[in-house]
Amino acid sequence: MSSEKRSLFARATIAIPFLWLAVFFLLPFLIVFKISLSDDAVAQPPYVPALSFSEGWAALREKLALLDAENYAFVLSDWLYVYSYMQSLLLAGIATAILVLVGYPVAYAIVRSPRGLRPVLLLLVILPFFTSFLIRVYAWIGILSREGLLNQSLLSLGLVSQPLEILSTNIAVVIGMVYSYFPFMVLPLYAVLERMDDSLLEAAADLGATPAQAFWRVTVPVSVPGIVAGALLCFIPAVGEFVIPDLLGGSDTQMIGRTVWNEFAVNRSWSVSSALAILILLVLLVPILIYQRMQLRELESR
Amino acid sequence: MASAPLKPQKPQSVRRKFAPWTDPVAQPLISFRNVVKRYGGVVAIDGVSLDIYEREFFALLGPSGCGKTTLMRMLAGFEEASEGKIMLAKNDLSGVPPYRRPVNMMFQSYALFPHMTVSDNIAFGLKQEGMPKAEITARVEEMLKLVNLRGLEKRKPHQLSGGQRQRVALARSLAKRPKVLLLDEPMAALDKKLREQTQFELMDLQQRIGTTFIIVTHDQEEAMTVADRIAVMDHGKLVQVATPAEIYEQPNSRYVAEFVGDVNIIEAEVTRAASGDIALKSDVLDAELRLAQRADVKAGDRVAVALRPEKIRIGKEPLSEVHANCAQGVVYDIAYLGDLSIYHVHLDNGFVLKAAKTNLSRQIEPPIDWDDRVNLSWTPDAGVLLKS
Repeated sequence: MSSEKRSLFARATIAIPFLWLAVFFLLPFLIVFKISLSDDAVAQPPYVPALSFSEGWAALREKLALLDAENYAFVLSDWLYVYSYMQSLLLAGIATAILVLVGYPVAYAIVRSPRGLRPVLLLLVILPFFTSFLIRVYAWIGILSREGLLNQSLLSLGLVSQPLEILSTNIAVVIGMVYSYFPFMVLPLYAVLERMDDSLLEAAADLGATPAQAFWRVTVPVSVPGIVAGALLCFIPAVGEFVIPDLLGGSDTQMIGRTVWNEFAVNRSWSVSSALAILILLVLLVPILIYQRMQLRELESR
Repeated sequence: MASAPLKPQKPQSVRRKFAPWTDPVAQPLISFRNVVKRYGGVVAIDGVSLDIYEREFFALLGPSGCGKTTLMRMLAGFEEASEGKIMLAKNDLSGVPPYRRPVNMMFQSYALFPHMTVSDNIAFGLKQEGMPKAEITARVEEMLKLVNLRGLEKRKPHQLSGGQRQRVALARSLAKRPKVLLLDEPMAALDKKLREQTQFELMDLQQRIGTTFIIVTHDQEEAMTVADRIAVMDHGKLVQVATPAEIYEQPNSRYVAEFVGDVNIIEAEVTRAASGDIALKSDVLDAELRLAQRADVKAGDRVAVALRPEKIRIGKEPLSEVHANCAQGVVYDIAYLGDLSIYHVHLDNGFVLKAAKTNLSRQIEPPIDWDDRVNLSWTPDAGVLLKS
């Protein structure tokens, strides 16, 4: 194969993911962005202006001039929406923090288990994916409700005298998110811990570190990329989570995914829900950029 | 834990006379006493007793799987002996975890902490000790100077070359001023030129700071270059513990003779045994073999004679008046190494003897060529009689 052909082939290979992103991410994003700049109307589709390329350039320009950012101004000025964002970030943040605390020991234990056992343990972590996500979240209703499994167990063990009100609270939402995103935390942590050279711990011991000190001064810092990757993999989708707050949350759970859905389906305001969706993206851009920078640094250090 | 401070000293000859192991009153710093290590049913170390002295540069030499690394790891505390004792400065080390041993190790993989700078790597053990900050800074500076790494203190390990990483690993393992430094194949990852240079630097450094160094290596040239004494190991046992020259010139077994350097092994039977003059009849040589060696053998014993190629004289001129220690054959292979050439000589009965000849002149055409008929001869003190 000539080098010219190969470079053409190489470029084509790179083009595939770009094309994919352009069609399935960039284009829908632009459509949503455009809708967020439009105004609601009783029409089909339910917003104006509806852009059309058939009416000529001048008409298109006229319609583009009608676009404005008033939906954004409206969303940002309404305390309810801002509260919704804050709550989403807070609940996703709490869930992510718990995930790190729970996922790290699990990943560590899998790495420290006998080599032959590791694939089995990893499979067990992924196994819940074999059942529908929706069914698993519904199952939590059965566990957390007033007469659910959890309360029955606690009552029969005499640990509580009254059933706990967990379902339809933010606690249930956090429990649901921790449960659902667990594999996304464990897998990147496992990957980074598994790759760690055991001689690093021996070197730490050799230089006077007890096993606990070696863990905090070597293992944990070396696994930071895994912690960050896992945290972002959980945090980013958790912020926009809709199903879990909708099924497990209460009336005071106003996470942004639910708010978007309310605007869209109940208020039939496509433009406001689009503006809300674009704003989530902007909020999430910060952690995504952090993640990218970490990955880049990771690549450099290899 | 800290020993005497490092004093800059005048360079002195690298291998001055130093032989505490011959001194009956000298106390060993490290003492292995009948140490056995078993993994399940497999015996990795099989009854090793060994004394290593202060300021010694000691090499554990052997093929992979011979137990040399296990022996070192037991000293570092990563493995516990199944039987026997390891003493360091008269203290029994059994049960002492690695982080409480005044022994530091330089790992084959270097095991540098990837998230720390060069300085932080070197300072790791000092911080662990709880040394005051100002002292740590001074010690790190001193170590950087010792291994010629000043200016790189803010770099991370992945920003360093292989040779620089090796130096950081060395500086880190020396920073706590251990009584003993263990080096696990420290030069395995370096290319040949850098390795040779580093060997000399390591010897020089060891001389200056006076720490006991124990190096594990499978490279016999490296062991011979750096070490005061070498322990040749095989299957978890010490085969011979001696100076490089003794190992090379007076191997105590066929295994040592063959492992260290190039050698001809000739099977033979003792025909006459007088002290200092042993006559043998070999299976492959027509001429009689004579050895000027004191050995406890009697007529009829089956033995082997080790003969180093460079001790065999090779030439086309006919031998005059020699009846013993000679052979005739045809050159069928020449390995030209620049400084010397190794000739593989087919004897008339098919046995191959290797003979080395220094290339004294600059002529391109070899003085002895392929298919030349040559005469080989050697003196009675050239060969070594081996009973095992």
